[in-house]
Amino acid sequence: MGGIHPCDSKFARECPIEVLPLPNTAYVSMAQHLGAPAKPVVNVGDYVKVGQVIAEPGGFISAFVHSPVSGTVKSIGPRADLAGNSVTHIEITVQDDEWADGIDLSKDLVTDIPYTREEILDKIKACGVVGLGGATFPTHVKLNPAPGKVAECLIINCAECEPFLTSDYRIMLERTKEIIVGVAIMQKALNGCRCVIGIEENKPEAIDAMAAAVAQLGFPDIEVKTLKKKYPQGGEKQLIDAVMHRQVRSGCLPIDEGAVVQNVATALAVYEAVQKNKPLITNTLTVTGDSIPANRQHNYLFRIGTPLSFIIEYSGGVPQTTAKIISGGPMMGKAVANIDAATVKGSSSVLYLSRKATLRDEPGQCIRCGRCADACPMGLEPFLLLRLCKAADMPQLEENAVQDCIECGCCMYSCPSALPLLDYIRQGKGQVMGIIKSRNIKK
Amino acid sequence: MDRMLVSPSPHIHTGRTTSGIMADVCIALLPAIVVSVLFYGWAELLVLGVSVVSCVLIEWAITKYLFKKEGRFCESAAVVTGLLLAMNLPVTTPWWVVFIGALFAIGVVKMSFGGLGQNVFNPAIAARVFLLISFPTYMTDWTVTPGFIHSTDAVSGATLLGRYAEGGVSAVAGTDYLGTLFLNIGGSAGEISAIALLIGFVYLLCRKVVKPWITLSIFATVALVSGIFFLADPSTYTDPLFNLLTGGLVLGACFMATDYVTSPMSFWGQIIYGAGIGFLVMMIRYFGAYPEGVSFAILIMNITVPLLNKAFHQRKFGRK
Repeated sequence: MGGIHPCDSKFARECPIEVLPLPNTAYVSMAQHLGAPAKPVVNVGDYVKVGQVIAEPGGFISAFVHSPVSGTVKSIGPRADLAGNSVTHIEITVQDDEWADGIDLSKDLVTDIPYTREEILDKIKACGVVGLGGATFPTHVKLNPAPGKVAECLIINCAECEPFLTSDYRIMLERTKEIIVGVAIMQKALNGCRCVIGIEENKPEAIDAMAAAVAQLGFPDIEVKTLKKKYPQGGEKQLIDAVMHRQVRSGCLPIDEGAVVQNVATALAVYEAVQKNKPLITNTLTVTGDSIPANRQHNYLFRIGTPLSFIIEYSGGVPQTTAKIISGGPMMGKAVANIDAATVKGSSSVLYLSRKATLRDEPGQCIRCGRCADACPMGLEPFLLLRLCKAADMPQLEENAVQDCIECGCCMYSCPSALPLLDYIRQGKGQVMGIIKSRNIKK
Repeated sequence: MDRMLVSPSPHIHTGRTTSGIMADVCIALLPAIVVSVLFYGWAELLVLGVSVVSCVLIEWAITKYLFKKEGRFCESAAVVTGLLLAMNLPVTTPWWVVFIGALFAIGVVKMSFGGLGQNVFNPAIAARVFLLISFPTYMTDWTVTPGFIHSTDAVSGATLLGRYAEGGVSAVAGTDYLGTLFLNIGGSAGEISAIALLIGFVYLLCRKVVKPWITLSIFATVALVSGIFFLADPSTYTDPLFNLLTGGLVLGACFMATDYVTSPMSFWGQIIYGAGIGFLVMMIRYFGAYPEGVSFAILIMNITVPLLNKAFHQRKFGRK
């Protein structure tokens, strides 16, 4: 249903992952996961080691945060994130690179999984692992279905359907076996349900590598499935539909259809957490764009908390022709308003777009061509929602399922009249969700 | 660092624009236009030229002086209206009648509802019907002007549907269907060659400008309705193939009924809309006062579009 086929522009796909040097100062955000912000447990002046806990969960849906560097805590306080919003950060002046005790830094592959389900979940929680596909939902919560819900299928999201991004592709090629072990660990945490690894057809090398690793390691019930190339194939509900042929009903969670979806980068983080005791303090990001030459495209292994400006400078500065810097993909990523902002667990790219690629056209008139409705992966009618949003008709918006919108941007991408469909729909969705929430509280 | 743009996602666009889509429609009309000019000559060029130029100028003038909007308007959409209007007129239509048609199409039907995307009726069709009832003599003068290919002198020929309306089935007996498919001299420019129109329509389908449902639904309904009548009484009613190939049906079904603004958006809406047009066409052809009814049928079904849009929606993900 729906979807679009943008040019995939994976310019950095052949660039091996390089290790980014340490910054002079790391800024660790307390709100880099979905849910309650973490609470700092260190004080200004403390010396912290790499991997040491510096903040603990602020609620049930929250996560531990670890120091990505070793050095002295310089300050704890508000700092602007990439959108310019004020968020509590712990500022650490980097002194050396001393790791906390108990972290296995060797490159040896550990395939044995001697832990029980509870031990696995505890380790994942203790290492601050969150979903790295975009939503940064705490992984231990997702791997622990509510009582009465049973996971039938673990789906590993390797679609990487956003144009330009290649970090998932690179880890699939370079860290294949570790990922498969990570998958097996999550499978065990879900009481050994079956597992499907979904990869888009435009990454044949990754499909081959992953399938070979599955066969070699011999874990049971793991299948590699080739998915159609289509955006948003990696949307959670779309992926479940493609793999299990089940549609998660409106207002329900994937687990209601027996599905648990985890991103491939999360599988790697789970491997490192469980087998190596390594907290989530590094991730892979792509430096790419249509406004930089081929030799300046990179995939980096970076320490979380490294400022974007450090990555930008290290990789050669902002290219001349750039009009917009985006953190994330061009369809759902966020425009960077503050390049001094720090990277977070979920950072996946620094994307430079030229004026030509990103400047919006002057909006015209709706010609009722229906392209937005054809493109909508949720089967909504964006042209109608736009009209209802402008009229602020909340009952009709709810009737027409604005709350189902996944904000993938397909409608706006397709609109020949360049109408700001999603800008309006986002607002309408927010208001309708608020109404639904307050109604449920009253009940 | 230079100043950077900051805006919500998505940050990229397909590049397909409304002007581009309208330009595609113009390209799709080219085969039929070339055929009509080859066979009807300078006179046809005059009708096309007057129609297109007046449509564009009238839309420009209204946008600037009545709407008081600076800047662009979608010229190519006005060009499409101009081309379609011209293709719906007899080649002998005087230039000032063409101009009045353009004035009605753009000024009344399109701009008085708010311009592009707002009109209820298809501008070109509404203008054709307006001219048909205002200037019946000019609008039913099917004199064939000398063209660039067949240079016979001007001949006056009634259309096949006109002959059927006058003299019944016997008047159109022995019609060469294959010939009609390729070349059908007599009638308006858009009625000359069904195959040229179909080539253009295939181009529209390939470029994903339109979907085939409305067109297929019209053809299927025309075939079905005329098939039933023909089987019941072949001596009174014309057969399905005759009805598919004659008159403005192909032009109407491929280019007029598929107009985005005045057709439904959902699959079932489109099927019902097409079926309604097909049914009305056959009723008018068999029982109406006019020999041809494609324009009336489309105009009538235009009225139902808001209702069809309200009644039919596409299926939503994860909902029944």
